[in-house]
Amino acid sequence: MAISSESIVTEAHSLWGRFTFDAIPYEDPILVTTFAVVLMGSIGIVGSVLYFGKLKYLWDEWLTSVDHKRIGIMYIIVSMIMLLRGFSDALLMRSQQAVAVASESGAGYLPPEHYDQIFTAHGVIMIFFVAMGLLVGLMNLVVPLQIGARDVAFPFLNSLSFWLFVSAALLLNVSLFVGEFAAAGWLAYPPLSGKEYSPWVGVDYWLWALQISGIGTLLSGINFIVTILRMRAPGMTLMKMPVFVWTSLCANALIVVAFPILTVCLSLLTLDRYLDMNFFTGDGGGNQMMYVNLIWAWGHPEVYILVLPCFGIFSEITATFSRKRLFGYTSLVYATACIMLLSFVVWLHHFFTMGGGANVNAFFGIMTMIIAIPTGVKLFNWLFTMYKGQVDYNASAMWWTMGFYATFGLGGLTGVMLAIPAADYVLHNSLFLVAHFHNVIIGGVIFGLFAGIAYWFPKATGFKLNETLGRWAAALWTLGFFVAFMPLYVLGFMGMTRRMNYYDNPVWNFWLLVAAAGAAIILVAILIQFYQIFASIRDHKENRDLTGDPWGGRTLEWATSSPPPFYNFAVLPDIRDRDHLSYLKEHKLDGKPPPKYEPIHMPANTWAGVVIGMLSLGFGLAMVWWVWWLAVATFVAMFAAFLVWSFSRNKDYWVSVEEIERIEGERWRRYEEGLVQAAAVNQPGDRTIAVGGLVPEGAR
Amino acid sequence: MNTQKKMQTAAIATPGLMLSGCGSEWRLLDPAGPIAHEIMWLMIISGVIMLLVVVPVTLMGFVFPWRYRKRAASAGSDSHQLTNPGKSAAYEPYWEHSGKIEAVVWGIPIAIIMVLGYVTYTSSHALDPRRPIESDKPTMIVQVVALQWKWLFIYPEEGIASVNEMAMPVDQPVQFLITSDGPMNSFFIPNLGSQIYAMSGMENRLHLMADRPGVYDGFSANYSGYGHSGMKFKAHAMATAAEFDDWVRKVKTSGESLDDAVYESLRQKSRDVAPMHFALGDALLFSDVIDRYSGSLGQISKQRIKPKDQQSAMLNEVP
Repeated sequence: MAISSESIVTEAHSLWGRFTFDAIPYEDPILVTTFAVVLMGSIGIVGSVLYFGKLKYLWDEWLTSVDHKRIGIMYIIVSMIMLLRGFSDALLMRSQQAVAVASESGAGYLPPEHYDQIFTAHGVIMIFFVAMGLLVGLMNLVVPLQIGARDVAFPFLNSLSFWLFVSAALLLNVSLFVGEFAAAGWLAYPPLSGKEYSPWVGVDYWLWALQISGIGTLLSGINFIVTILRMRAPGMTLMKMPVFVWTSLCANALIVVAFPILTVCLSLLTLDRYLDMNFFTGDGGGNQMMYVNLIWAWGHPEVYILVLPCFGIFSEITATFSRKRLFGYTSLVYATACIMLLSFVVWLHHFFTMGGGANVNAFFGIMTMIIAIPTGVKLFNWLFTMYKGQVDYNASAMWWTMGFYATFGLGGLTGVMLAIPAADYVLHNSLFLVAHFHNVIIGGVIFGLFAGIAYWFPKATGFKLNETLGRWAAALWTLGFFVAFMPLYVLGFMGMTRRMNYYDNPVWNFWLLVAAAGAAIILVAILIQFYQIFASIRDHKENRDLTGDPWGGRTLEWATSSPPPFYNFAVLPDIRDRDHLSYLKEHKLDGKPPPKYEPIHMPANTWAGVVIGMLSLGFGLAMVWWVWWLAVATFVAMFAAFLVWSFSRNKDYWVSVEEIERIEGERWRRYEEGLVQAAAVNQPGDRTIAVGGLVPEGAR
Repeated sequence: MNTQKKMQTAAIATPGLMLSGCGSEWRLLDPAGPIAHEIMWLMIISGVIMLLVVVPVTLMGFVFPWRYRKRAASAGSDSHQLTNPGKSAAYEPYWEHSGKIEAVVWGIPIAIIMVLGYVTYTSSHALDPRRPIESDKPTMIVQVVALQWKWLFIYPEEGIASVNEMAMPVDQPVQFLITSDGPMNSFFIPNLGSQIYAMSGMENRLHLMADRPGVYDGFSANYSGYGHSGMKFKAHAMATAAEFDDWVRKVKTSGESLDDAVYESLRQKSRDVAPMHFALGDALLFSDVIDRYSGSLGQISKQRIKPKDQQSAMLNEVP
């Protein structure tokens, strides 16, 4: 909650900075309850770790791990927790707007001081800590496996990226209970986000959370580009890379080019707020329009950073579950590259209404529309992948993909409408816009990520998710999306603008009630997803994936066991085809242990990532609360930790042949068991169909 | 004043309501001016053009996976066979390229975007907010200042100012000169058409015209802080010039004059502000508000233009 401007401390105490006990919202029942729940949950988790004596296991095998698969899983866990937070914000907003018909402020149960923080936090959390987190998690999990690498190029950097991400997520959540969060919209336009209009800690929490996670993302981007370009298995030329690797490569190229803009933009705003500079203030020679340009020069590529890899996921899933080669691979790769380049010349469409000249607006409008061409091509490619295929309706991953096909056309249509500057002059900032970007982000990104999780879950864990629950979740999410967001398109045409704490038009109320019902449906879907994870872990013995290839996969990651050994592949494969595993199956080369093993060189786990990450949390808090001594101390400590790690010689080790033989012996024993099991249940066996019916006589 | 306003509203809103029926709540589809009218048709035409491809693609998204579904595995043990004569759709697992299809899937989006690109270019120019609206009547100037959290309207020619209420005669083009004395806002009257940002230290221009009498809602379409939701006003489009003159007279004679002290009180944060009327004390108030943010450079220009009677003398001194 915001406190009144009189009680805001403007002089930093030498020990406590500007922190006072007024900063803790004791009187807000919502926050106190939340805090109690979070506290009990944390005590429960920490307590059970200690009780079961798992602390050392947790530290050795997870927290200090540099294994890309474990880091990927941890990214996904953190992001799913953040999804709960972000979605709670969504429910609060939907319920507030469902009841807040009034002629003046104070309607509903959330005052603007609280509500405005909620919509800000919702946007920030969903983009930075849910979508980005799930995405980087999936890339971590899948990309090295798909290209036949043993790990990413810079394993320590990867661990550091993850812990910076965690640190930023924690910092953001601390703002819930200590101080306030920003109430300036998710992109915090100045001058509102400047010192004059947002004097307290909210915007500073926003700045440091984004700065820390942004640096983590940038490091990830560098890491993945190098991994993809330098660490592919022998024979995997660029045009033999799976589409997900291609789209990840393009997304990471975007990260490396776009995120420095964010870093600079945030730094300039930080200088404005901390050192009274005037980059973005109305006076003193600053210009608020520069901020809007900078933040969107990052923000628009960010949209494609999110959606491009999801396009890759849909490509993989559509091909696998249509039991068919991907239609128009080359076309898809070129379309992806087109989108990557074009995404840098469209940022101005986020603010046509700032008053750009007709030619400037027309240029950016037309460039935006041109992106619809490669995107449309992709849709056609997926459709023609299913054409003359055998689409498997049992797979929940395919249901998410179908949800995407059902929603994305509309999202594209409304996007192109918004890209026409003259139309944007009435649609800008309306609920039509809100509906549009939820349409593409839920339909495109979120469904893609959930599809990816359903698809690669068995690879990560060794057992499948419950498919029935998965289909329910996908169906309810799709239904909930339509019920929640179609009314928002309508309200856009009715002239309702975004971020309203209350409104005086009773006609809008009906549509907002419908939207709230949609949010409730999505709530059910999310609960089913969490129950699905619980039920799948409970029943993991029945859902086990013994062969490593539960779906009849086509690409390399399905050629190793589930979960893969820490070195991924005992012997690096020689890639013959972009659908490498399909090629092996067709030539009856799959399912055979290699003739001999050789020692494997692996990176050693390190404490440095988690330590530096947690120090960055201290640094962020110190900067937010102006505790300068702590800021200096944590910064020096971070640098010192980095130096100690740099000079350490204990960074790598060799895995002996005996160790590999032991692990691989176990793997092939399980593999045989899996084949026998498949034959015994008289399941046709997905793998048999996967080879395109070339082996119609059933399991071998 | 209140009853008078209500009567006015009733008198002028009725024909509008009768014309548009229950659709009047769909403000973007219920234009009350030429700009809004053209934008409505722009949205409809572009939407229909895109539906030409979006509808088939969305349908294909349902039809293809259904037609080419994997036939029931539960039906028998041989369900995985290549063909299931008479029932299953054709299955071609290696079919991955077709020049004809590629040409079509690139060609159709390109064709549609070319059409829309042309529409975009022409409409961006035709509906440029800076472009004056052609009319045989002179363009009226209204200066708009976004404050925390209310709208100040200044009529320099009429010598009046109002808060959270504005009026204009129908069929007379209005040039809005828009700035902000606080956070960024966006000035928007959906029934009349375009919105544009209000930013401190800058003047944005917007041309609108009402061609149907009525009372239209206006508001800020860009979040500007805690009082944002209450930052709304009524825009009265008056049927006759006489009616508008009456309104001007009423505002002018409301008693208070908008001088520096009153303006300073308006600058203070306040929420859900009821309409206020003023006679305009300082004719150069609007440029003063902009100059406030121009730094030292602005101070000089302020000194030059502020004392109205000395203005010409000072200009003469400049070499």
